Amino acid sequence: MSTTSVPTAARHGIPPGARARRQTAHVPTSERDIARGVLITAALAYLFLSLGLPLFVVFHEAFKKGVGAYLTALRDPELLRALRLTLLVAGIAVPLNVTFGIAAAWAITKGKVRGRTLLIALADLPLAVSPVIAGLTFMLLFGMQGWFGPWLKAHDIQIAFTVSAVVLATIFVTLPFVARELIPLMEEQGVVEEEAAVTLGASGWQIFRRVTLPNIRWGLLYGVVLCNARAMGEFGAVSVVSGRIRGQTTTLPLHIEILYNEYDFTAAFAASSLLALLAVVTLAAKHLLERSHHVARARIIEEQHERES
Amino acid sequence: MMQTVPAGATTRASRARSVLPGVRITLGFTLAYLTILVAIPLSTLFVRSARMGWSGFLSAATSPRAIAAYRLSIGSSVTAALVNGVFGLLVAWVLTRYRFTGRAIADALVDLPFALPTAVAGVALTTLYSQNGLMGALLAPHGIKVAYTPLGITVALTFIGLPFVVRSVQPVLETLPGEIEEAAATLGADRWQTFLRVTLPALMPALVAGVSLSFARAIGEYGSVVFISGNMPGLTEIAPLLIMSKLEQYDYGGATAIAVVMLLVSAVILVSAGMIQRRAARRAA
Repeated sequence: MSTTSVPTAARHGIPPGARARRQTAHVPTSERDIARGVLITAALAYLFLSLGLPLFVVFHEAFKKGVGAYLTALRDPELLRALRLTLLVAGIAVPLNVTFGIAAAWAITKGKVRGRTLLIALADLPLAVSPVIAGLTFMLLFGMQGWFGPWLKAHDIQIAFTVSAVVLATIFVTLPFVARELIPLMEEQGVVEEEAAVTLGASGWQIFRRVTLPNIRWGLLYGVVLCNARAMGEFGAVSVVSGRIRGQTTTLPLHIEILYNEYDFTAAFAASSLLALLAVVTLAAKHLLERSHHVARARIIEEQHERES
Repeated sequence: MMQTVPAGATTRASRARSVLPGVRITLGFTLAYLTILVAIPLSTLFVRSARMGWSGFLSAATSPRAIAAYRLSIGSSVTAALVNGVFGLLVAWVLTRYRFTGRAIADALVDLPFALPTAVAGVALTTLYSQNGLMGALLAPHGIKVAYTPLGITVALTFIGLPFVVRSVQPVLETLPGEIEEAAATLGADRWQTFLRVTLPALMPALVAGVSLSFARAIGEYGSVVFISGNMPGLTEIAPLLIMSKLEQYDYGGATAIAVVMLLVSAVILVSAGMIQRRAARRAA
């Protein structure tokens, strides 16, 4: 690098005097800088080895046999069918969980609900349950030996090992994501603005659209991004309930498993690269939204202080 | 914020709350949704267990293969959570205390295990640590085998657990007043003493929370482990995998018994972590 001759302090944009002032009397600068350097290097090395390398491997393996092989693998009809199913499942599960998240947050924070702790705990529960166990519970409901098994069979309805089961399991696994973003956010915002709207004669829907939604939009979007990432990537729960019927109930993550177990690594990693790309976009969106989210939050807290003083 | 509200305001606010429309219908929807999608499915586990009878449940839950699976699951999850405790603390410290080029990217990267589908993580880690993989080829000459061994399982569980520790510790570290550390330094404590006696106790509740969340996630993990573990019964078969193989043999009772034991293990961990956290918080205060 060309910056080698520039002193460390200047490179970090710190004016020469500031550094000296910040030092505590008996810790020499060199020792501080060495500790700082060692810690930063260790942390970055660890992050690179444990997180960066696996991400790199996905793209490295996908393009190992060239761009042509990669594109051919992506055009495979079975992969496209898996991709379409993944989009369909997320397209059903995410809007439903957004509706639930908004309704739950509204009921819990805007109404005086008894047993709210229990409701919040119940809505968080899917995060604490292993995906495999989540899948198992739906098999205990809809499988041949399940509660509704005999009834479903008598009425010639199949849920286990169908797309419906895949959708149900995905809804279960992704249920908490929107609600757990919105509940603390709407709790912080209180009900003052909504009450003002009521006195002005606004209807419930108008209040939500015009007053609440603008206040929660970043938090809502944040929840949607996380919910969607999980919905498109869910593996364990979907693996149990889908029966892994190739070309019918296999979502993209399940298709990756099939390809990998057939030693078709180029195709497995080409499919993986799509989901890895989704992960990178999710991280970027999360990062940007966190900033807007923080700004919005800071504004609310500021307004509250103004109102109180 | 809540404390600054005068005493009378709370009752006024709570009376006024019921004025807002839509509470009843959204509450009804919430209750129905949670009952149908969470409460009823999860209750099947306990109903199915009860139907097996105590002895039936016990023999399914304590078969030698199941015991080996619990041991492996708990052992590798504890190891992974502790490794994450150490490195998560290091990463959180560096991200909050220092400003350097690439900090924003490093900070965003921490969440990768949340965003990357577990199956993708699984195939990537297996390729990385297999004999011919980038890491595997480096380790093989030293006689270290990672893929298809318990060590590989721990590596995968470490991968998925890291963000829990970093994201628990980071906000506490950000709000920790620097004055206390400075005071310790002026009293003659060296950096290491300051860290051990002042900073670490203040971080302890958050660290315990992060490590136990990392454990709870690891104990139920399936996708990132299934590829790297090799799935040999009694050797590299973790509990979620055993549940899966019971299901493939249509042994729903056996799968349920193991699932209930696993749920109890994570409940015990999360509850006792909560207790440790509260005690540490009281001591720090």
